[in-house]
Amino acid sequence: MNTVAPFIRHVKYVMSENLVTLFAFGLFIGLVVLAFLGPLIAPYDPLATNAVNALRPPSWAHPFGTDHLGRDVFSRVIVATQLDLGIAVAAVGISFIIGSALGCAAGFWGGWIDRIVGRVTDTVMAFPLFVLAMGIVASLGNSVENIIYATAIINLPFYSRVARSEVAIRRNAGYVQAAKLSGCSDVRILVTQLFPNILPPMMVQISLNMGWAILNAAGLSFIGLGVRPPDAEWGIMVAEGATYIVSGEWWLAMFPGLVLMLAVFCFNLLGDGLRDLVDPQRRT
Amino acid sequence: MSNRTNNPSFLAVENLSVEFKTRNGRVKAISDVSFTLSKGEVVGIVGESGSGKSVTAYTLMRLLDQAGAPTDGTAKFDGISLLDISEPEMRELRGREVSMIFQNPRAALNPIRPVGKQIEDVLIKHVRASRSNARAKAIEMLDKVKILDPESRYWSYPFELSGGMCQRVMIAIAVACDPRLIIADEPTTGLDVTTQKITMDLIQDLTRSRGMSAILITHDLGLAAQYCDRIIVMQDGKIVEQAPVRELFNSPSHPYTQKLIAASPGPYSELADLTRIASTKNTPPSKEGISKSAHRTRSDFLKHESLLSVRNLVKVFKKSGAKGARWLGSNTSDESLFRAVDNISFDLKQGESLGLVGESGCGKSTTSSMITRLMDPTSGQIIFDGEDLTEFPAKEFSRLPQRMKIQMVFQDAHDSLNPRYTARDAIAEPLIRLQKLKDKQKLDARISELAEQVGLPKHLLSRFPHQLSGGQKARVGIARAISVNPKLLILDEPTSALDVSVQAVVLLLLDNLRRELGMSYIFVSHDLNVVRLLCERVIVMNKGQIVETGISDEVLRNPKNSYTCELISAIPHFEPARL
Amino acid sequence: MHDNKLVQITLRVLQSVPSIIGIVVISFALTRALPGDPAVYFAGDIADEESIQLIREQLGLNRSWLEQLGIYAANLVQGNLGMSLNTGRPVSEELLERLPASLELTLFGLGLAIIVAVPLGILAATRPGSWVDQLCRILVTAGVSVPTFFTGLLLIYIFYYLLGWSPSPLGRLDILYLSPPQVTGFYLVDSLLAKDIETFWAAFKQLLLPAITLGLFALAPLARMTRGAMLNALGSEYVRTARANGLSQTTILITYALKNASLPILTVLGMVFSFLLGANVLVEKVFSWPGIGSFAIEALIASDYAAVQGFVLCMALLFVVVNLIIDVILTLIDPRITLES
Repeated sequence: MNTVAPFIRHVKYVMSENLVTLFAFGLFIGLVVLAFLGPLIAPYDPLATNAVNALRPPSWAHPFGTDHLGRDVFSRVIVATQLDLGIAVAAVGISFIIGSALGCAAGFWGGWIDRIVGRVTDTVMAFPLFVLAMGIVASLGNSVENIIYATAIINLPFYSRVARSEVAIRRNAGYVQAAKLSGCSDVRILVTQLFPNILPPMMVQISLNMGWAILNAAGLSFIGLGVRPPDAEWGIMVAEGATYIVSGEWWLAMFPGLVLMLAVFCFNLLGDGLRDLVDPQRRT
Repeated sequence: MSNRTNNPSFLAVENLSVEFKTRNGRVKAISDVSFTLSKGEVVGIVGESGSGKSVTAYTLMRLLDQAGAPTDGTAKFDGISLLDISEPEMRELRGREVSMIFQNPRAALNPIRPVGKQIEDVLIKHVRASRSNARAKAIEMLDKVKILDPESRYWSYPFELSGGMCQRVMIAIAVACDPRLIIADEPTTGLDVTTQKITMDLIQDLTRSRGMSAILITHDLGLAAQYCDRIIVMQDGKIVEQAPVRELFNSPSHPYTQKLIAASPGPYSELADLTRIASTKNTPPSKEGISKSAHRTRSDFLKHESLLSVRNLVKVFKKSGAKGARWLGSNTSDESLFRAVDNISFDLKQGESLGLVGESGCGKSTTSSMITRLMDPTSGQIIFDGEDLTEFPAKEFSRLPQRMKIQMVFQDAHDSLNPRYTARDAIAEPLIRLQKLKDKQKLDARISELAEQVGLPKHLLSRFPHQLSGGQKARVGIARAISVNPKLLILDEPTSALDVSVQAVVLLLLDNLRRELGMSYIFVSHDLNVVRLLCERVIVMNKGQIVETGISDEVLRNPKNSYTCELISAIPHFEPARL
Repeated sequence: MHDNKLVQITLRVLQSVPSIIGIVVISFALTRALPGDPAVYFAGDIADEESIQLIREQLGLNRSWLEQLGIYAANLVQGNLGMSLNTGRPVSEELLERLPASLELTLFGLGLAIIVAVPLGILAATRPGSWVDQLCRILVTAGVSVPTFFTGLLLIYIFYYLLGWSPSPLGRLDILYLSPPQVTGFYLVDSLLAKDIETFWAAFKQLLLPAITLGLFALAPLARMTRGAMLNALGSEYVRTARANGLSQTTILITYALKNASLPILTVLGMVFSFLLGANVLVEKVFSWPGIGSFAIEALIASDYAAVQGFVLCMALLFVVVNLIIDVILTLIDPRITLES
């Protein structure tokens, strides 16, 4: 039976009902395109310095102005999309896979698995997470790779907690018992019966987390961890531009900051819209 | 201002219509509803889900959701137009002149406020009593609703009280200020039948002694018959009939009323009676479908071999909180263990249908879980078809061939269907897993066959649970359970969540299936009347033990055990002799 | 009834012990994950080979992991967090000296956030669909998207550079003023205690912008949770019962709705505090605030690992204490919380 056509109809319905979701989705596509094609479409070389042209305010030639080394801010902002989104996607991907696996196991079987996973999660969450990320990067070494690992570790508890509670709620549902009566093994039940049902809340969590992961990565580079100059990344660009704010050269920090904000905003809106889309209960 | 005492129509509702704003436009919830209520009268509004009975009550109390609004009609309470007065004026009326009690009492009370204080709040607001006065009055109210030890219960929180006690607290809050009208919206749904009797008797007591009028909203015709003077029957937002109780039952004029009365099982009704009035809503199972798939002949019936033998079955649960309590030195070694099932034994013959009856907490669901092998017993034997099933742990049972022989139909059809699986997927699962039926054509053929057997139209197979009605979901659950030709089918309250007319059809279906497929049933329920229709023998359980067994008719008409007597007398129904 | 509460509170306090143990273990693991020789970092810059060897023995680097952990823990209990490479002083001293500055900033910011967020959330919940509600929702979605360091810079640009209302963002007090005599370490409190109104205002003006930055960060999750919890409470069955019995709007709003909504709001407050401690670091950098956050940043850049680990540990312990306080308050308000939950 055709399940694609009604799904598309539902997508159209949600989109039309909620223009904001449509806007967020469009923005998301834009960001993805930028991430992939950034280096190709940037008008100038993001690393090319030009001391003569330093600290020029926004103009037609340089829509976002130039920074203290004469580099085109617009090009740098575009190219930074790849790095920032890349870090966030990698970190969220790792923590989602490991976190949901642990959470599902803990929620379904309980017992010692639950206790251990719970302990680990609680211990990680006992730290203010940004601070923990700082500590991890400090220990492992100052590199982009370690930023990804640190962000993944501090995001893990969110996925394991959500997965655990979603599975635990449904563990004794009638259909789980019916599946046992139908001859399904525990693992099969977890994968084929429960996981499709917990996917919607997990996807909402992913989208919201992406926003947070981007903020985290930018925050870490703002204080000097991870990305090193002259690489273009939104956080480090704001950091470099911070000293020029007090003397009125606002464009160095403002534009990367605004684009950063827009990206996070997009993911947050998307998360809310995603919830409407994927929940079958909402289908008429 | 009209003269109060002389006004015969204490409450007069005329042509009331209410509309709701929904995604699909404006929906009429009730249309053209008119009725009156006299002082001291008790009127029951009866209907199935979607009839609009609750909406009527909420409209009178002006408690409708934001999306709903009355579009037409008037409602006059003692001359005051309820729909036109301002909100502050309405607030004065609520609790003082008109009050309401709801379903699901524990959720309807503030969970973090002592119950006594919740009664006090109403007293202070309306009667302007001082704090100390109010407290004394609140304790007095708790006593009036028959709550023991009212002084210390004053400080109890809702989670510390049973469902029945919570309902009584709500009643206390509602009558504290001596209102003249009380509206009860399904006040006993979810309560045990014996608790239901206590609660309804209490309401009757209080209304009579204070001269209150009452509106009782319920889906249970028997309940309305026992406690009301007049009954209003609603269907699809309209009133179809209203008459004094005796008149309604002796000569119902509207076909819907007749159908409703027929479908409500009483101690003397027969299965065929339930659906005597032809209904156009649900398609009955086709005769051809059943005979085509008859796997066993009627002669198998006469074998009367023992199919199931339960011996000394025990299930003990550890109460939560035991560990922590022990730390603090309380000696709770006995209290921390809970004997859900306490040494029960019974037999079931091939082809027989056995009823398992009891109230919540009696152990019937635990027993059925153990027999279905979803749970391991603490001790005892379950001898099925010659082998002791307790030798196989529950965890591994799903992989054994015996799995096919025992299947279950669940209570909450919605909960028992995976929201992301279509009806076809749900029915296919046991066929694929247990019978290894992987061939697509054969699978489809079998599923179509089953759908026909249970009377499920084929186009519904591709739908998801939230797109199906209660009755349709129940059929899917039944189709799934019988798909692997089990010998024993355990039915755990399969119809208690269904409307009474749908229940009638499903019960008939279950009976037909049993005869055609030669299965044996264990029918678990709290409703003795329903059990009697389908089961030859019945077992009554209380507190984990079997208190009485016997032929259904016998047990129902001549109960020997005191608990059984209590249970039977608590069932509300229409007794022509009474009036 | 009261005995029961005391017991539950004691148990709550005891329940934080495993968290503390976990924190110590992870801190320990972080120090041992360092590239190179931990002893060098703990000994300090001026240390020579001999004293490094001494430290190595003190830390027990040649012994088993478990023994090392024990020594580490014992050191912690004595307040020994090693020496700061940068400043040459014990890390614990540095942290204690700078803690009041960070606390003053965080608490003030949190206070501002609560004063705005809670009423906003309540208003939005009681007037669904109105402009207040829309404003709240926009604020919330935008608020969780904005990076703290960006808001700080934005505020500086607008209020210092463009409007000239705020003083230069260079720390807690303008150089013209002397810090008030130390009682609590909080300049606002100390200056009031010393009856020095001028210093009070000067400190207040310096504190305002960074506190607002932090506050804005906390505003969004708090307003969202307040609105959500209030909507939930107002739509609940027990509020319907209260309405059906004609209780006044004020009673329903406060005694029935707000009190019940305060439970999830308090819970989210703990999470918000955790995020604030992290955001604190960023705000301190932007406003050159002399707290433990900027200390940690300097330490990171200078590879002063003992200082960084000490900072992480300190923040974690602070967080545990705050969570404990919130848990105790929750236990007092909610009678349903039992030993098991």
